[in-house]
Amino acid sequence: MAKQPQVDSWSSGNTLLQHGDVPFRFGTVVLAGSVVALVFVMAIIMVMASAEARTAFGFDVLTGQEWNPVETELAPPTFGAWPAVRGTLLSALVAVLVATPLALGIGIFLAELCPPRLSVALSFLVELLAAIPSVIYGVWGVFVFVPLFNDAFSKPVSQTVGDYIPWLAGPVATGRGILVTGIIMAIMILPTIASLTRDVLRLVPNTQREAMLAVGATRWETIWLAVVPYARAGIIGAVMLGLGRALGETMAATMLIGNSQRISESLFAPATTAASLVANELTNSVSSLHESALITVALALFGITLILNFGARLLIWYVDRRMAGGRS
Amino acid sequence: MNSVPKNYRWRKFVDQLMRGSTVLATGCAVIPLVAIIAYVFTLGAAALSGDFFTQAYVPPGTVEMADTADATEPAFDPEDPFAGIGLDTVSEYDGSQPAAPAANPDDLFAGIGFTETVNVDTSMPSESDLYSAGPQGGVLHGIIGTLIIAGLGLLMALPIGIFTGIYLSEYRMQRFATTVRFCVDVLSGSPSIIAGVVIYVLVVIPTQRFSAIAGSMSLAILMIPIVTRTTEEMLKLVPDSMREAARGLGAPTWYSTFTVVLPAALPGIVTGVMLSFARGAGETAPLILTVLGSNIISTALLEPMASLPLLTYRYTESPYPGENTLAWGAAFVLMMLVLTMNILVRIATRNRAGAGR
Repeated sequence: MAKQPQVDSWSSGNTLLQHGDVPFRFGTVVLAGSVVALVFVMAIIMVMASAEARTAFGFDVLTGQEWNPVETELAPPTFGAWPAVRGTLLSALVAVLVATPLALGIGIFLAELCPPRLSVALSFLVELLAAIPSVIYGVWGVFVFVPLFNDAFSKPVSQTVGDYIPWLAGPVATGRGILVTGIIMAIMILPTIASLTRDVLRLVPNTQREAMLAVGATRWETIWLAVVPYARAGIIGAVMLGLGRALGETMAATMLIGNSQRISESLFAPATTAASLVANELTNSVSSLHESALITVALALFGITLILNFGARLLIWYVDRRMAGGRS
Repeated sequence: MNSVPKNYRWRKFVDQLMRGSTVLATGCAVIPLVAIIAYVFTLGAAALSGDFFTQAYVPPGTVEMADTADATEPAFDPEDPFAGIGLDTVSEYDGSQPAAPAANPDDLFAGIGFTETVNVDTSMPSESDLYSAGPQGGVLHGIIGTLIIAGLGLLMALPIGIFTGIYLSEYRMQRFATTVRFCVDVLSGSPSIIAGVVIYVLVVIPTQRFSAIAGSMSLAILMIPIVTRTTEEMLKLVPDSMREAARGLGAPTWYSTFTVVLPAALPGIVTGVMLSFARGAGETAPLILTVLGSNIISTALLEPMASLPLLTYRYTESPYPGENTLAWGAAFVLMMLVLTMNILVRIATRNRAGAGR
């Protein structure tokens, strides 16, 4: 029997090479598992580190009105982060309210109306907005936007309508406050919402458009009545992702919101947000209870963004799935 | 029935109006982008000088010492503008000789956490001089720090990110992959400050010190999802026929992955790595909680370190116009980094996408 020519190692069955698959697979699973472990460790660490404040105050850490970390003779330290929670919610709300119509417009323009070549270039520009580090938005906001907005909007408005609407009441001092923070955040979340909106609009099958145009609708009616509703779930998901980004945004808020624990009805007044509270106070916390209360605030932020992200992914995935079925 | 509906003109008007407003909305996004870039470039360029890239922090007013020796404002103490972070070092001047502009020995503890109270001499420059002075010193310490911190973070994120990406792409049918994918989404969706909080609790508190390495860890948490995502996407773009061809020649999965699939996807993965580096280099919030910042050129990984975004933040909050100018300068350097990375990535992916399809 002729000796079989020795072929290159991998076909011969039981070489090291052939067995490489087991360690390879093991290695990838372990490293992929480490990402899962990382998320769990993050959650567990924060739950554990926040235990002290959670047992001491319960939900009051988030809903209490008074944040007073320093113990005095008159009062024990109290940790109620409602001013921060309120500031977070309001500034993110402003951001979403400003950004959503704009982002919807951009998404529609890029997906439906704009010539493809221009669309590529504009998409790149819009996505560049997302790449700019948030601290640069902060610098620009502090030195350029706030003074400008102050003179052009805040001061005249607070002096005229401010007397009747407490939201817009003066005085406008430094100009830092919820409204400017919200507007800067809106610029920051614009690309997130716009590019996702564009993507889901592109997924809408052409039959939707053709049917609408065939019955004599204008371009806008086609878009508004046939295309946008079809992608509605995806657009809502995009807005939720934007909201998540706005809630967690730290630097722009820290630099622009004024970091004040006082609750004021006016949107021009300084406030604080959960993220900026943590960024400002965690490294110089005065007691372990203080630290733990700050971590509770961070944990709440983590939880909220987690839920928002999960919901948004579900919605976008749902649209994706439905349209994949529609295109078949 | 009319051939032209009654409300035709109205509908046409609405059509034009709304189409116009979408153009307007796009303009609303492009205007701030252009404004920010223009401001950072013009004001940042003003801060660029010989010292800017070659020197570290110089306390405001240091150089004018000799000229203003007779100034009488002992009450003003030229606090280190990094005051908010927990330590103030007041340098001891003896009035006769100007303090060296480079790192002065008293500043070595700057940023670490000691408060060193030293008597303040009467030879301080006057307040008005301090507030009108131009920028002094530079951000070399920040540039070095950013490169070290972000580079180290990338080194930590790369193996995890790339192998997780390989797992998600090559073993995509497994149920565990869904869990992994969800966790990657959680990481990419969670606010950057959370990474800082976790590393603060996990590393900074037990070791009792702020350190560059802790900062790298927090940045790694933020980089992992970006690297994973791009690796997965790029590997999925590699046509299955290539895998099948390798398999047909008898190559086991790992061999075909490393010699066929990964090389084919390499340009895309490199762009993802570059983007994650740019993202990490621009992050500020986690660094506040982990590396704290420093005023000197430091390469010690277990010590606090300076970084460009931190400098941008501190200098923006500084009352000295000179330092505000430096903030624009630091922002300029950051912006250049981010823009270069993004444009390079753009060029790379355009060629590849064109060839691939």
